[in-house]
Amino acid sequence: MTMPDAIPLDHAARRTRLLAARAAHWRQARRVTALLLALWLVTSFGAVWFARDLARWSLFGWPLSFYMAAQGASLVYLTIIGAYAWLMRRADQHYAHALDGAP
Amino acid sequence: MTKAQRYFRKLSRYYLWFTACFGAFLVALALLENEGMPRLWIGYLFMFATIGLYATIGVISRTANVTEYYVAGRRVPALFNGMATAADWISAASFISLAGGLYLHGFDGLAYIMGWTGGYCLVALLIAPYLRKSAQFTIPDFLAARYGGGAGGRGGPVRAMAVGATIIVSFTYVVAQIYAVGLIASRFTGVDFSVGIFLGLASILVCSFLGGMRAITWTQVAQYIIILVAFLIPTMWLSVKHADNPVPQVAYGAVLPKLAAREAQLVTDPKEIDVRQRFHDRAEALSARLAALPASWDAGRRDAQRQLDAVRLRNGSLSELRAAERSLIAYPKTPADAARLWREQRDANLARSTIPEAHATPFPGPNQASSDIRRNNFLALVLCLMLGTAALPHILMRSYTTASVHASRQSVFWTLFFILLIYLTIPALAVLAKYDIYTSLVGSDFAALPNWIAYWGNVDKINPLISVVDINGDGIVQLAEIAIDGDVLVLATPEMGGLPYVISGLVAAGGLAAALSTADGLLLAISNALSHDVYYKMVDPKASTQKRVTISKLLLLAVAFIAAYAASQKPADILSLVGAAFSLAASLLFPALALGVFWKRANHIGAIAGMATGFLVCLFYMLHTNPILGGSAAGQWFHIAPISAGVFGVPAGIVVMVIASLLTRAPDQAAQGLLDHIRAPE
Repeated sequence: MTMPDAIPLDHAARRTRLLAARAAHWRQARRVTALLLALWLVTSFGAVWFARDLARWSLFGWPLSFYMAAQGASLVYLTIIGAYAWLMRRADQHYAHALDGAP
Repeated sequence: MTKAQRYFRKLSRYYLWFTACFGAFLVALALLENEGMPRLWIGYLFMFATIGLYATIGVISRTANVTEYYVAGRRVPALFNGMATAADWISAASFISLAGGLYLHGFDGLAYIMGWTGGYCLVALLIAPYLRKSAQFTIPDFLAARYGGGAGGRGGPVRAMAVGATIIVSFTYVVAQIYAVGLIASRFTGVDFSVGIFLGLASILVCSFLGGMRAITWTQVAQYIIILVAFLIPTMWLSVKHADNPVPQVAYGAVLPKLAAREAQLVTDPKEIDVRQRFHDRAEALSARLAALPASWDAGRRDAQRQLDAVRLRNGSLSELRAAERSLIAYPKTPADAARLWREQRDANLARSTIPEAHATPFPGPNQASSDIRRNNFLALVLCLMLGTAALPHILMRSYTTASVHASRQSVFWTLFFILLIYLTIPALAVLAKYDIYTSLVGSDFAALPNWIAYWGNVDKINPLISVVDINGDGIVQLAEIAIDGDVLVLATPEMGGLPYVISGLVAAGGLAAALSTADGLLLAISNALSHDVYYKMVDPKASTQKRVTISKLLLLAVAFIAAYAASQKPADILSLVGAAFSLAASLLFPALALGVFWKRANHIGAIAGMATGFLVCLFYMLHTNPILGGSAAGQWFHIAPISAGVFGVPAGIVVMVIASLLTRAPDQAAQGLLDHIRAPE
């Protein structure tokens, strides 16, 4: 009597869990993306807009504005992409865990 | 060890072997040069050895399987996919012209470094992983699946527009690459320009024709290695020469202050001022002649005729006679011709009479307002290049070739890593070469000019890559007496640093690899859009896989020949439009791609309206403000140069797309479901 009922219920529960895990993953993805995009924007905009002010300082011989435009910004971009791959990898693992972690 | 790891090991072993063999080839050539092998032979050997190599890889990787042909079987490891994308990305412009651009424009040139690297953040964060998850074959494919609409909801209209966008963007770009192939081949081997084009074309075709994406992926990895070696060796050498440090990216910081001091010295040097004044006087004289048209044209022609008569009368030497005849022949035929020619000459002279700008100073200008305009233009250009990078079909389609979504994220990381190995070196090369020229060439004796100036000055007779003329007749080279084309910088660096010719050949091979790898990717992007999206999805959906691949190969052949024909016509207008490709790509595709992933409500009407608006706004601005296309600088909005038209096209596209989407029905269940699938982790 209980068996036939339990299977659809289990299905529904699994489906809810799947949707919840997906929603959490997508929230996390959006948060990471927004944060890193903001960093990207600040770096690009800041390095250009304040270039004349940054030129007063120097870094190992480079005027800071020249360094930022020639190397600094690009290295920040590389870090952003690396961080994104790493953070999303973690989010993927969380997701996998959320799916088969609970019974 | 898993299967993927074994595959990775195997590939690494192959490419390590390849690198070792390439090194041995270089050493062997260096020894042969020492034994007195002529320069031309070295040029030939480099060209044929590398082209043969690419063809061999193409033959080995030949395939008729659809997945292999379109997306290399979706199993390229992230690191190698990154390398291949980097080679796809580093075009002839990056390899040959970018360092020269930085040399000529100083800080302003860095917009290209920032824009072309920052764009990968957008690729990684907004587009690549979602494209990979969708597991389609092309960019139009993705857009059509996401937006649907059209007959039967198959996304016909969106697909057609995306195919159009792919072709517009990629075709101008591929013509420029093939043009560069012809140029490099003719400069280094002395073959005719069009022969050079068809030699390059042959290698492109053997490779992509036989193996599609699979063959070009493995060829591009090999090409990247050649590009890297070719770019690093001469720059490292120059770096050791001027900074005693073999790592140019670190070393040039120490050279910059020395360069700044030398620049300041040259600004106030009385002889430099004298030469600049002479150019200024010439410009003034031309202005006077322009003002006195058409009488001045008549007078000039009579003068030239009289000069010829005078030489004839006094029985002048043959060379004098020739010179007088030539100047009469070259004299403008009509007053209108004269006006154009003299205006060009006046501008050229005026440009050479200005004080050179300091290399590292951001946005120099006579006043705050003009400096602000330069800053705004820099920012606009950076933005356009970034958005354009994130919308180039031949780059984006590479995210389909990785093994998983995670691998596609890693692949973008490796792509930027490998691009940066070159891009962080380019500003270093510009500074080091500038310092070299400012210190060892400027101030040297005209009688003892280095050989490379004569060599590179004679390669292209009509537009000399470099010319040094003693304007003030003092027998000493002044900076203002040097006219230099940006392209010569990379090509001549080995000789500047005193390296053997074999390294020059290597640089040429690197330039060739850069142009060929990009051309490969672009041709495939075009022919895949035509065969997969137009033929298979729109014309004959029942076509067998065999037929699809065959059609694709035939189309590739056709597109390649059309592009080569276009390039052999030396179309100045197309070449000047390559920079515009980024603005066009951004305006056409970026809003639809990014909003398609992140905004569920975006529908196919919005996408169509957005693409059309972006394109039209971008095109209008270019036509309206680019003098080459019949516009004028007076029509500029906020003083933004036409190359950055995308800065208006993209926002316009986004706004229209949002409004049109909101005004029409939300996308149907199927599109929503697909979007959920794309966003969900594996």
